[in-house]
Amino acid sequence: MLIYLLRRLGLALVTCVFISVVAFVIIRLPPGDFVDAFIANLAASGSSVSAEQAEAMRRDYGLDQPVLIQYVRWVGRVLHGDFGVSMVWRRPVTEVIGDRLWLTMVVSLAALFLTWTIALPIGIYSAVRQYSLGDYFFTTLGFIGLAVPNFLLALILMYLGFRYLGLNVGGLFSAEYVQAPWSLARVWDLTKHLPLPAAVLALAGTAQLIRIMRANLLDELRKPYVVTARAKGLTERRAILKYPVRAALNPFASSIAYLFPYLVSGSIIVSLVLGLPTVGPLLLQALVAQDMFLAGAIVLLLGVMTVVGTLVSDLLLMWIDPRIRLEGGA
Amino acid sequence: MVERTSLSIRDLAVQFESEQGVVRALDGVSFDLQAGRTLGIVGESGCGKSVTARSILRLVDRPGRITGGRILLDPGTPAQADLVALNPDSRQMRAVRGGRIGLIFQEPMTALSVHYTVGNQIMEAVLQHSGASPQEARARAIELLREVGIPRPELRLDSYPFELSGGLRQRVGIAMALAGDPDIVIADEPTTALDVTTQAQILALLRGLQERKRIALMLITHDMGVIAEMADDVAVMYLGRIVGFAPVMELFKAPRHPYTRALLRAVPSILAAPRQRLSTIGGAVPHPGLRPTGCAFHPRCTEALEGRCAREAPPPIPPGQAGASCFLAEAVA
Ligand SMILES: Nc1ncnc2c1ncn2[C@@H]1O[C@H](COP(=O)(O)OP(=O)(O)O)[C@@H](O)[C@H]1O
Ligand SMILES: [Mg+2]
Repeated sequence: MLIYLLRRLGLALVTCVFISVVAFVIIRLPPGDFVDAFIANLAASGSSVSAEQAEAMRRDYGLDQPVLIQYVRWVGRVLHGDFGVSMVWRRPVTEVIGDRLWLTMVVSLAALFLTWTIALPIGIYSAVRQYSLGDYFFTTLGFIGLAVPNFLLALILMYLGFRYLGLNVGGLFSAEYVQAPWSLARVWDLTKHLPLPAAVLALAGTAQLIRIMRANLLDELRKPYVVTARAKGLTERRAILKYPVRAALNPFASSIAYLFPYLVSGSIIVSLVLGLPTVGPLLLQALVAQDMFLAGAIVLLLGVMTVVGTLVSDLLLMWIDPRIRLEGGA
Repeated sequence: MVERTSLSIRDLAVQFESEQGVVRALDGVSFDLQAGRTLGIVGESGCGKSVTARSILRLVDRPGRITGGRILLDPGTPAQADLVALNPDSRQMRAVRGGRIGLIFQEPMTALSVHYTVGNQIMEAVLQHSGASPQEARARAIELLREVGIPRPELRLDSYPFELSGGLRQRVGIAMALAGDPDIVIADEPTTALDVTTQAQILALLRGLQERKRIALMLITHDMGVIAEMADDVAVMYLGRIVGFAPVMELFKAPRHPYTRALLRAVPSILAAPRQRLSTIGGAVPHPGLRPTGCAFHPRCTEALEGRCAREAPPPIPPGQAGASCFLAEAVA
């Protein structure tokens, strides 16, 4: 078990290093260096910088050093929470991102939670009542769910919510709470705004997970241990929930690992449509404006969050499957 | 001494209906199980042995269903119950599963869940059929594991099935089948997946338990060696019917059905001359959906009567009587 854990942790670390390299490359991607971009930026707004000042800045940021040393220094600063300065916003990147990172997490987790609570019972139902009317109904619904782009669904839901329910759609907060400091009332306001974006984001993943759950459970239902459970005299419900469903749960644990990045990237478009204060729209702006420190920081943070998600899913798998726990196998 | 009849099966018929047609997996099967006796059921693969076992517990998979016959528990007593008439999901039927009739499986690995400990799975069966507290169920599970010869049962209780050897796993399977204290046990090829040494140990264990608890044992196998060692009576199945029935000594000494004779010839013998070819039964078991006309065995039978066997089906054997469903056997009698 320890070996399994250590191996996973090691893998996660290597992945993080890899992500940091990608983020660093992104930062250095535009022609010229950061100072050139900064000067150009200042020039655009009317001020100018002398050649000596520029040299001093380069020295300060270590831009005269070899790439490898620059990378190591950058990683060192990042580890201290210094992600550099956003050129567009002229403020430290951490300040610009602010709550957005956590709000992204909250929206994604809400979507993940919704995905599970919908996909689990429907997946079980569809497998146990294979080829029933209900199974066909959910299958059809699932394919529609997979086929509809989620920004379209977002628009439709927004329209319906606004037109017929008079809902205050869009955003994660009501107007009076947007700038307010955190309080219980603000959290409650957030909770009220979450379902719509969570539902939009959860749609495709839910449809997919239902298919996976159904297929896995159909496999498991044929296994002899299910007959064993029935032959003990257990009720059908208990026999199915305790044994084959438990065995079919593995994809749910894995779903954290693969749904999470999908939710984060999917949330970019949906966040734009719904006006959510998540990192998605910010990343888009940063890329368009070549605001490379901001873009690099967001890519790095999202990447690391995904790695953490993978780790959590591995831990869940260990908990669900004693073979992994005890043998450290695949 | 006449033993109490625990279970009487009469004219049991099971069909699987699919788009390709109707498969009659069981076609009028009758036999009795008696307390303290072992009925061996033997036949090639696909002749309906497992379906028989499953239908007794009312656990036939869809699209299969029982289309006729009776399965009488405690026949002739005031408590007599026809399991065919019960709803498979009813409380009464669930009390029979595990509580009156225990089931032992062929594959000890896949028949146990890898997600729960041995103790969890046995205690569950104990709790299902008694009012025991969890502590009592645990004590009972330890006792059961000891009974089936598992060393250090207190420790084994917390193992997962995949941590045990095949033989130990099958012992756990037996303990689980006995957890509800059933008086009838159905063992469906309990030793087929095991190596020879382990096989002998498991068979010895089964026989010991049966004698001690006066269990009515239905032992399904395709191995005549197992039959010789274990059975009191033998029913030979072919394509969903019982074609031969006899006490075990009689079956080996004077097999009455050509199919039984062919099965016996196919057993490798240590007395055979070295490098002598093994006898096999010509051809393969036809699919039950393509049952030959007349006697179902006639296309493979070396003794088939010209004209008659292909057209006419020999009458079934009256339950409980030694005999063969074959025109040749009739002529002898
Ligand atoms: N789930 C099923 N669906 C369709 N047909 C089945 C099913 N289970 C069994 N059968 C039919 O019943 C016949 C007998 O099967 P079985 O009792 O498993 O044979 P065996 O004697 O080897 O245990 C098979 O040949 C098959 O045609
Ligand atoms: Mg079988």
